[in-house]
Amino acid sequence: INHIVQNGGLYKRPFNEAFEETPMLVAVLTYVGYGVLTLFGYLRDFMRQWKIEKCQNATEREEQKDFVPLYQDFENFYNRNLYMRIRDSWNRPICSVPGAKVDMMERVSHDYNWTFTYTGRVIKDIINMGSYNYLGFAQKAGPCQEAAAKVLSQYGAGVCSTRQEMGNLDKHEELEKLVARFLGVESAMAYGMGFATNSMNIPALVGKGCLILSDELNHASLVLGARLSGATIRIFKHNNMQSLEKLLKDAIVHGQPRTRRPWKKILILVEGIYSMEGSIVRLPEVIALKKKYKSYLYLDEAHSIGALGPTGRGVVEYFGLSPEDVDVMMGTFTKSFGAAGGYIGGKKELIDYLRTYSHSAVYATSMSPPVVEQIITSVKCIMGEDGTTVGEARVQQLAENTRYFRRRLKEMGFIIYGNEDSPVVPLMLYMPAKIGAFGREMLKRNIGVVVVGFPATPIIESRARFCLSAAHTKEMLDTALKEINEVGDLLQLKYSRRRLVPLLDRPFDETTYEETED
Amino acid sequence: VKSFQIEFCLDLFLHFCFQAPAYHLILEGILILWIIRLLFSKTYKLQERSDLTLKEKEELIEEWQPEPLVPPVPEDHPALNYNIVSGPPTHIITVNGKECINFASFNFLGLLNNEKVKSAAQASLKKYGVGTCGPRGFYGTFDVHLELEERLAKFMRTEEAIIYSYGFATIASAIPAYSKRGDIVFVDEAACFAIQKGLQASRSNIKLFKHNDMADLERLLKEQETEDQKNPRKARVTRRFIVVEGLYMNTGDICPLPELIKLKYKYKVRIFLEESLSFGVLGEHGRGITEHFGINIDDIDLISANMENSLASIGGFCCGRSFIIDHQRLSGQGYCFSASLPPLLAAAAIEALNIMEDNPDIFQTLRAKCERIHKALQGISGLKVVGECFSPALHLQLEESYGSRENDVKLLKRVVDYCMNSGIALTQARYLEREEKCLPPPSIRVVITVEQTEQELDKAASLLKEAAQSVLN
Repeated sequence: INHIVQNGGLYKRPFNEAFEETPMLVAVLTYVGYGVLTLFGYLRDFMRQWKIEKCQNATEREEQKDFVPLYQDFENFYNRNLYMRIRDSWNRPICSVPGAKVDMMERVSHDYNWTFTYTGRVIKDIINMGSYNYLGFAQKAGPCQEAAAKVLSQYGAGVCSTRQEMGNLDKHEELEKLVARFLGVESAMAYGMGFATNSMNIPALVGKGCLILSDELNHASLVLGARLSGATIRIFKHNNMQSLEKLLKDAIVHGQPRTRRPWKKILILVEGIYSMEGSIVRLPEVIALKKKYKSYLYLDEAHSIGALGPTGRGVVEYFGLSPEDVDVMMGTFTKSFGAAGGYIGGKKELIDYLRTYSHSAVYATSMSPPVVEQIITSVKCIMGEDGTTVGEARVQQLAENTRYFRRRLKEMGFIIYGNEDSPVVPLMLYMPAKIGAFGREMLKRNIGVVVVGFPATPIIESRARFCLSAAHTKEMLDTALKEINEVGDLLQLKYSRRRLVPLLDRPFDETTYEETED
Repeated sequence: VKSFQIEFCLDLFLHFCFQAPAYHLILEGILILWIIRLLFSKTYKLQERSDLTLKEKEELIEEWQPEPLVPPVPEDHPALNYNIVSGPPTHIITVNGKECINFASFNFLGLLNNEKVKSAAQASLKKYGVGTCGPRGFYGTFDVHLELEERLAKFMRTEEAIIYSYGFATIASAIPAYSKRGDIVFVDEAACFAIQKGLQASRSNIKLFKHNDMADLERLLKEQETEDQKNPRKARVTRRFIVVEGLYMNTGDICPLPELIKLKYKYKVRIFLEESLSFGVLGEHGRGITEHFGINIDDIDLISANMENSLASIGGFCCGRSFIIDHQRLSGQGYCFSASLPPLLAAAAIEALNIMEDNPDIFQTLRAKCERIHKALQGISGLKVVGECFSPALHLQLEESYGSRENDVKLLKRVVDYCMNSGIALTQARYLEREEKCLPPPSIRVVITVEQTEQELDKAASLLKEAAQSVLN
């Protein structure tokens, strides 16, 4: 469904998002493909059981053979028979900085991917379309690296204590003030791991008796944080505002299930850019709904901070909204800033509360000083405070690269999901065999891509995902596009029928919604 | 021809109808009527049978007032005002502007300021930059990570190791990867918060046994055995685990591992050992509590530790047999869905391991220092030492409570402030009071490192005596 929305008043710019439907023939062939693989899987398991084929799995110790088995046989069926065959598309080891071009260690397998050996050769200058390097700060030389080196020699690599005990360095305070200024919020707090930021702070904000409304395609960290909090979780269809509004209405009108008490608070969990779909959240509508129904908004900008907006301030700036409307602005430093860690920004009361009650502040070691310095330098660069226009240029370059790349791929005839402005570009593959084939063919042509299949995506919607970077020059993009075109013809990936469907949101079923209670 | 065919079919149908027995026809007739009824009946939603009008719904929406997102925190809350450390948190530390000797950071082997470690990290920084820009599965695996995993596995003498980029996430992701809903986990009461979160995420049945009390654990295991005999089918698929720590963070003592191994084979339970404090501290070569007791490392199913204490880096690792560890590469949440460890921190950890391997006598030195201060701190009026004599992370608790936990915390804060003003940096052990399952009493954390000289240890002991005298009397 392709739609261009200029919903009067709420949106200040066109919102072009497309999710072309799976062609029927392709869907059928994909199911057939999985069916054949499953049959062969059963055959192989049978042969392994009867010792016709050598079993190369690691096995339990002799002394513990009578213990309850640690893994169920069926759990590993997918792992043994489908994942193992194309395992070489993942966990590819690299040995250089993960910039626009990367060096990879060559590895071969002589037993169909059960074990790998490194030949010792290094494949040089592979165009890297898989690393989350949106603004190109993954560099081994330059002002960021020099500043980090200085701090490393002064402070050392570790911290050996938690924030609340003896681990709060002056560097951390400096970072938090800078991040708050960058986002335009009152105050901010930084944590050592992006995943842990979600899983440790959502339980501190909501608890039993609260309601969490979470998008269908939220990241595992948000789902884990929501589960650990003990609140009731209800899921609304991906980016679907009617579904969200219905849930909100029902929640307030009917209260908690069975007891009918009113909810203590309602928290909406959304992401800025969804990394598997490439879609951007409909933030103006979400904020309008949140204000109307007096709920709170938790925005996870892991992929959108630095990558969207005219000055890289994220999805809030992209839509021209005020950061005060978002109650909890969360993001990570791994993607656009070339470092590691996460942050939460918001009002001063919120951050003071998190400083006192966040699990990470009390029990987890604080961030490493050179990493903190990298973030400080890169944020200053993006804001232009280091005296150059490098940051601004990078944000523009990324936006241009995104538009160019997406336009060219669509013209070639591939099915591309997601919003026109999102630097995450999923290209649909569908069939299981093409997942492995695409990854390998692109590697032969010296381009590194990321392919994803089940369980990260629905079973028939496997895809290749390109992450654009400001460090990619036009020549690199052209080379990549040429190779993708070739491989697309070779593997017959050009499924798009370019049909424009009338302006409707994805239909959803009025009578049911999913509720999960722990 | 067509009309003839239709007539023929109709004929055949009527023929069979009259041939069939009566009950068959009646049954078919009832079924057809039922289908017609279902087709035309109205569907109703269970939730909306309350029949509120639109106006009433809007009124409810207007009236509803949520709680504020966060309750306000008073300005003088003890956990709100952090100590600010200017400069590196090494042996001499500048806290809130004052220079002190550091007795609060877990820098057991003094590797935080080690020049070799720093230069290894610098070399890695020059080669790889800072961040890895991706999870392990998507171009986030660097050769440094693979090297660190190999080195850790070799050092601990296991088959395989897996590294995480955050110490807390290590055990909190490892436990839910194996233990699922319906499985049973026996865990010590004094387990640290990371283990508690891992258990909560796993949704298994948790059975707490009293701290280090093997009799209590055996009682629980026997109860489980009798339950199993009632329902053998369910017992055959229920996995059982014991989760213990090598050196407990909350109490400073060690777990009785030989007895646990006996219980493991008697009741067929797997053991997960958390060695964050004992890795690099216990044992002749620093291999942890298994070396301390001389136990075969294959008897422990999974050892998990974080690299943030002895190795003075960031992150954590799990090691064990490939059969167990390999599973986490696809189902460890903190491994698959999170960016990998920055290479400079991995290089720092490798260099720290090198130093540990080359100088095995630092463990003996550390142990001697721990014993010294343990002895020196005995007999302080009002404070008691909690922890083994060779544990480098001790707690000083009040001998008796002065009313409420708040009062105790305030008193301990005054002791800590007194020491800080005189040049010894200490901290109180911090907990989330509402979230811990078994909240330990308030205490002062005393950490011993190899860099502290004997004079400094004695100074710290005498200062604590003075502080206790002046504050508590």
